[in-house]
Amino acid sequence: MFDFLAPATAEFLVELLITFVKVVLIVFVFVMGVASAMTLLGDRKQSAKIQNRVGPNRAMLFGLPFTRILGIPHFIADGIKMILKENTVPDGAHKGLHLLAPALVFAPSLIGWAGVPFMDFYCTGSITVDPNTYREICAVGPNGEPGVWRNYFQIMNFNAGLLFAFAIAAVSVYGAAIAGWASNSKFSLLGGLRSSAQMISYEVSMGLCLAGVLMIFGTLDLNEMARQQGYLLWGWLPMWGIVVQPLGFFLFFLAGMAETKRAPFDVPEGESEIVAGYITEYSSMKFGIMQLGEYVAVVFISALIAILFLGAWQVPFLFGDGFHFPGMETIEIPYIVVIVLRIGSMLFKILFLVWLQFMMRWTLPRFRYDQIMVLGWKILLPLALANLVVTAFIAAIL
Amino acid sequence: MSAKKTENTVVVRKVVRRKMNFAERTYIPEFAKGLAVTMRQFFKNSQPNVEKRDTFTRMYPEEKTVYPDRYRGHHRLMLRDDGQVRCVACMCCSTVCPANCIHITAAEHDDISIEKYPSVFVIDELRCIMCGLCVDACPCDAIRMDSGEHIQPFGERGEAFLNRDLLMSKGSLSMAVQGGENG
Ligand code: SF4
Ligand code: SF4
Repeated sequence: MFDFLAPATAEFLVELLITFVKVVLIVFVFVMGVASAMTLLGDRKQSAKIQNRVGPNRAMLFGLPFTRILGIPHFIADGIKMILKENTVPDGAHKGLHLLAPALVFAPSLIGWAGVPFMDFYCTGSITVDPNTYREICAVGPNGEPGVWRNYFQIMNFNAGLLFAFAIAAVSVYGAAIAGWASNSKFSLLGGLRSSAQMISYEVSMGLCLAGVLMIFGTLDLNEMARQQGYLLWGWLPMWGIVVQPLGFFLFFLAGMAETKRAPFDVPEGESEIVAGYITEYSSMKFGIMQLGEYVAVVFISALIAILFLGAWQVPFLFGDGFHFPGMETIEIPYIVVIVLRIGSMLFKILFLVWLQFMMRWTLPRFRYDQIMVLGWKILLPLALANLVVTAFIAAIL
Repeated sequence: MSAKKTENTVVVRKVVRRKMNFAERTYIPEFAKGLAVTMRQFFKNSQPNVEKRDTFTRMYPEEKTVYPDRYRGHHRLMLRDDGQVRCVACMCCSTVCPANCIHITAAEHDDISIEKYPSVFVIDELRCIMCGLCVDACPCDAIRMDSGEHIQPFGERGEAFLNRDLLMSKGSLSMAVQGGENG
């Protein structure tokens, strides 16, 4: 029964340690860092810039004016405020579920990161690239024995990564619905219903867009998908998802944005009609967790879009041993620089998409509830279906 | 008959709505235009040269507001040549005050050439609406609001009752001759 303890050799422990470090670095440093910075920079500073304001800049640490930079102390003050505030549970609320809901909103958006690749597998040997197929070959020693690919830049590699990510992301619907139901408030209930209706509607279109991508890449493994996007179409065009599925990218981006429930798709909240929707009755850090969960979801959707449509860690024409521009000599680059470039590319893509989502958020007016439903069911869904059919035809012909 | 007339005078105005063309209905070009505007503002307001930004915000404590000459701020009580309070406790200001916030107790002065003086002169700044009528009403230029500064924020209700000595400490000599030209 405890057979798995048997290989508890040094190697096993090292693997365990590596996984642990990956989890900490990706989830707690990168994801939480970006999500919490977004609460300040994206939501307040960026909107301020767009609206010709300055944004929060008054708070400082220990009375030192130079710490005012970018209003970071405001964010710390917010955190302290959230933690120290009184935690109230309304009368008649279902205590257990009221407590569970924030976790259900927050946890899925963190667990989903398990499958997100920040770089290809690490090759222990020297890497060469087949000039015809652009496949990367890892070899050890002078005789070219196959080297080992080590998974250092993805928490968990499994061949159903995409399904996993979506299955997990879908759980947060329950979080919102339970939060609405358990709060014993009509506002919360309506907000919870609205958010579940909205998320479920848009998940349909999202799923259909994914089907198109699946048909082209023929894999559910996110890292394999990313690797395939490095191949060149007609010898010069990187086969990014946005190139082979332009409409799919557009629809997925829209549906993904709607999925995160931020403006302009923020109908689950509405000051004039249903106060703060399903988070009305939450206070203190529970409220903070709910909010943070939404931001993490924004980062997560950005990561998914980057992986599926923007080539994940791919830098155009960059392969394991250097740049292969079409019709030119290979520009050799050390493997370590390639790794840094690729990780940088992935991080840049995620941050850019987050920034773009916030930009759109402060550009578009808020949609009415019926408009959101019309957009989801009457526009996105037929377009996604059409996209799927056309993709299927093209895939069948080629 | 008259009813009929009113019926006929109902003016119906038809609002002519411009039909949106297909590009506008897809929302995409219009959205791109909007995004262009917000992007332009974003980058314009993010450039390092603060002068070239579009932000209107005044960085208040570092950058003081320049008040107009006739700005009405902190009340002050003007002084006589010998430093006594100029006010003669005529009650004009407290009578005219629409917020009813000037409280004066008149007292007899030792100097017989001065009929009365305010032994208590309190302005309740929580009620004051900064209308300046008290300044207009005063017959002897004893009360002014031209100190060019704000009333300080109050930590406690009691601090909002500005008393005579405090108001006098902001005061100064008046150019008007006490008791009139001939006086
Ligand atoms: S400014 Fe107006 S409200 Fe204030 S004390 Fe004078 S008369 Fe009264
Ligand atoms: S301040 Fe002027 S108006 Fe008011 S009581 Fe004194 S003299 Fe009269």
